[in-house]
Amino acid sequence: MTPLLSTRGLSRHFGGLRAVDNVDFTLMPGEIRAVIGPNGAGKTTFVSLVSGRIQPSSGAIIFDGDDITGLPAYARVRRGIAYTFQITSVFANLSAYANVALPVQLTLSDRRSAGAIKAGVMSALERTGLADRADMPAGQLSYGHQRLLEVAMGLALKPRLLILDEPTQGLADSEIDNFIALVREIARDATVLLIEHNMPVVMQLAHRITVFNAGKILAEGTPGQIRENAAVQEAYLGTAPRSKRT
Amino acid sequence: MSEASPAKAYALHLGIIALLFALSFILPEYYHGLLARIMVLAVFAMGYNMLFGYVGLLSLGHAMFFGAGLYGAGLAIIQLGWSVPAALAAGLACGAVLSLVIGLLALRTTGVAFMIVTMMFAQVFYLLILYFATWTGGDQGMVVPQPARVLNFGATSLDLTDPTVRYICALTLFSLVLLITLSIVRSRHGRVLVAIRENEERTKMLGYDTYSNKLAAVVVSGTICAASGAAYALLFGYVGSSFASVQYSILPLLWVLLGGAATTLGPLIGTVFMYYVIDITSGYTSAYLLIVGIALILLVLFFPKGILGTIRQRWLRWLP
Repeated sequence: MTPLLSTRGLSRHFGGLRAVDNVDFTLMPGEIRAVIGPNGAGKTTFVSLVSGRIQPSSGAIIFDGDDITGLPAYARVRRGIAYTFQITSVFANLSAYANVALPVQLTLSDRRSAGAIKAGVMSALERTGLADRADMPAGQLSYGHQRLLEVAMGLALKPRLLILDEPTQGLADSEIDNFIALVREIARDATVLLIEHNMPVVMQLAHRITVFNAGKILAEGTPGQIRENAAVQEAYLGTAPRSKRT
Repeated sequence: MSEASPAKAYALHLGIIALLFALSFILPEYYHGLLARIMVLAVFAMGYNMLFGYVGLLSLGHAMFFGAGLYGAGLAIIQLGWSVPAALAAGLACGAVLSLVIGLLALRTTGVAFMIVTMMFAQVFYLLILYFATWTGGDQGMVVPQPARVLNFGATSLDLTDPTVRYICALTLFSLVLLITLSIVRSRHGRVLVAIRENEERTKMLGYDTYSNKLAAVVVSGTICAASGAAYALLFGYVGSSFASVQYSILPLLWVLLGGAATTLGPLIGTVFMYYVIDITSGYTSAYLLIVGIALILLVLFFPKGILGTIRQRWLRWLP
């Protein structure tokens, strides 16, 4: 099977800082992949390179067999890479409906009636449980609902790869349970790349986990393998419990 | 902004057009002429609003687009002896080409830099008019001779200097542009423009080429302003460099802010308001600009979103 996404020697330097350093990464279709790592490990920079928000210093990004390294962000979205922001950035002054209408109308290539847009919008809002808040300005939604609206906008793009950047940050525990169910449902039609700090969420959702540290991939494997990995424990805790020395 | 009530919005706009048509028969001569002028200038304001209100790009150089239409039509008719429709087309073409070139250059910048770049280009345009005084008449301007301002349809001819014909022509242009803006605003492209205004980065990440959308908006805006300029030359017969000066870049901004940015009818309301305040106050005192200034300050304090913008926010959310 050909990978949906792969990167070869992908690097991004900010001055002397190697935020992403020579990363070779492969993602298979249908996977839920979690990317974890300490703060500043380069996770967000990495997905920003994949989504095209920033340009790499060197290396290549291959999506579905095509080199997309030189494509602008909007063209990557059209190819099926959707990115939901870490810092919620819904259009606060527009209604929830209008927020989702933007990605929906992109997926309708022909000039179909407004009914097609409406159907697409309501379906995305229903999947995220926001249908009854369609007319509310997005800025007046609660924080958790704004996060869900972000996901609805990503969903509405009908992506092949959905990148979720810390989606559960700031959510209440009850909301997180619903969120896990939602991501599982999304993963039936799309590949999901999830940056997440909340380890219980990662352990429940991810098929495989990639651990970043200091701009490089430190480890990769199933949740079980990662849990047992000494190098990962060292990166997170400063020291690995079973290899404590003085 | 929502999907509801397109019928209501169209009914309102057609009602306004009908009202303006009815006023043609009611208004005394002086106000009849003034309203014809206001409608032409409201088209200028609508063109400005397209870019400033909906895309959020503040240009300080739109006088050059008005000027392109004014001089494009004026020079074609005076120097080349073209007919009225050909001169109008020349004015529109000048506006479209100029706005495309300016858009390609100025859209490399945003915010304050965009304001300065557009203002500088407008100054260049203004100085070029003065420099080529042999053809443009320099700061004296040019008068379009009355015999040239006649529209011929086979046997019948329409004299554009006749007040009623002039009023109806101004109203026709105004109505066309009003309905065009309304349909753009309600279109998918219009939704993308508003999204760019609200958050350009996010709009890109939803798969939209924001640069092309902005460029299209600059060209539409510039061409509408040029239509206003061309109509001004043909209907009022004067082509002057003061219309390309910085003052005429600021005025549409004021009209739009007064009436309500990003409302389809705000530009008309703002232009009417400004003209009538000037008209009424100048009847009482020579210091009328002082009163205009106070009126502007009060409006900004109590109606920061403009007259129609505030009405939409408080009462009529469905207004386009």
